Amino acid sequence: MVNLSVNLSGLTLSNPIIPASGCFGYGKEFSEYYDINILGSFCMKGTTKEPRFGNETPRIAESSSGMLNSVGLQNPGIEHVVQQELKEIRAYYSKPVIANISGFSVEEYEYCVRRLRGIDNVGLIEVNISCPNVEQGGMSFGTDPEMAAKVTKAVVKVADKPVYVKLTPNVTDITEIAKACESEGASGICAINTLSAMRIDIKKQKPVLANITGGLSGPAVFPVALRMVYQLYKEIKIPIIGIGGISKVEDVIEMMMAGATAVQIGSLNLVDPYICKTIINQLPGMLEQLGIDDINKIVGAAHR
Amino acid sequence: MGIYTIESIRQLTYDTYEMTLSGDMSWIKAPGQFVNIKIDGFFLRRPLSVCDIDDRYMTLIFKVAGEGTKALSMMKVSSQLDILCGLGNGYDINVSISEPLLIGGGCGVPPLYYLAKTLKNKGITPSVVLGFNKKEDVFYEDKFKALGCNVCVCTVDGSYGYIGLVTDIMDMFDYDYTFSCGPEGMLKAIYDKSIVSGQFSFEERMGCGFGACMGCTCKTKYGYKRICKDGPVLFKEEILW
Repeated sequence: MVNLSVNLSGLTLSNPIIPASGCFGYGKEFSEYYDINILGSFCMKGTTKEPRFGNETPRIAESSSGMLNSVGLQNPGIEHVVQQELKEIRAYYSKPVIANISGFSVEEYEYCVRRLRGIDNVGLIEVNISCPNVEQGGMSFGTDPEMAAKVTKAVVKVADKPVYVKLTPNVTDITEIAKACESEGASGICAINTLSAMRIDIKKQKPVLANITGGLSGPAVFPVALRMVYQLYKEIKIPIIGIGGISKVEDVIEMMMAGATAVQIGSLNLVDPYICKTIINQLPGMLEQLGIDDINKIVGAAHR
Repeated sequence: MGIYTIESIRQLTYDTYEMTLSGDMSWIKAPGQFVNIKIDGFFLRRPLSVCDIDDRYMTLIFKVAGEGTKALSMMKVSSQLDILCGLGNGYDINVSISEPLLIGGGCGVPPLYYLAKTLKNKGITPSVVLGFNKKEDVFYEDKFKALGCNVCVCTVDGSYGYIGLVTDIMDMFDYDYTFSCGPEGMLKAIYDKSIVSGQFSFEERMGCGFGACMGCTCKTKYGYKRICKDGPVLFKEEILW
């Protein structure tokens, strides 16, 4: 028997596979395809203090081995998430979920995290300071170590669960931002969010996305994400959740060897709703082939 | 989701193809639903509305609009496709109607065929208005006629049938309800012209096609709806333009 269970700051996951925020809704659509209780956990759609429609459509564009989105944090607001979504989730998912929080001011982040206190099916809070699709807030907190530190400090103070900060790759040195978060008490780092990108419709001679730019995700970004997780592992001591273009079981292994304790799978869920199930089923066999009896042994293996 | 086998591919016009597939059809519950097809070499699936279905086969009609649909058109008979099936709400035919008018424009024509068939099985024979840009684009007129429907075709340039837009000829029929599918401009024109209620099938760029990514959300009178999951069919009473 291969041990797949991993520990994220006290939260034990039966395996390291977590669908990423924004690619899994609240899990309901996927629970119609398979029993999602097999997942280590899942990350809910990003939540803000107030409800948001998000950006105008088109919000989706394709690219080689990936896609761009400019959804812009569409969500029903923290109150609705607490009163309705988190309650409804219990009907089809019995483990704790990860709540992804966004804001346009430090106070908004703080408000949302405070609102999640005492909710026992939230196991971990992912603070998104890296959304490339909103004008103010979002990524602007994630590109400046001082702002990242400020947000982290504020939410850690009011959170009753581990706080992981989700970082943007759209910076010169991601480790500087991560260190700032670590020093203010973040329990872990999630890396990476999408890469700022665009496409042009050559017939219309106009950007494809109504928002002009969007975030690139999918297999195209995997090597970039891997490199950043590798760099982060060298510089910080807190756990890393590796995210970015994972599309197969080998990618999970690579990401963990680079230093991730767990991984999130994002846009692949949108094109193959069974991807997480497939990978979870393949993990034990893959590890056995590598002669590994405990998945934790590969975390950071590429550094040794 | 499942694997489907291509049974036939037929070119209907210079850029429009009809594909028949076999596989598990039990996912499809209503006319107006769509499928999402994985095409090798392309990251996102391609959503196509279901044109016809029976226990064993489904028919899809698609226009070559870009590289993905071009690759699809070149697939060989008996090759297999990974398809997410039975997506979207589809048309609700349990509404109280006696003389429905089906209005399709271009790529919006296909789902109306299975709708016409379903209505027919309920004992209601719909009238049909089909709009195309020009004579070379026209397809499926005979198929609707073979169902016993009254069919009127118009082309924008007048090279076939009546000259003009679907809204120029829809009042040639008596109708108490409309079912439409086509470009948004056409849907809006029908919405403005018709005094009766109806259902409108919309198109939008989609990420997943099953309600997870919020890529295709629109505003309605009753809140935000995902075209792929809560649509693609919206009732006239809820639409905001």
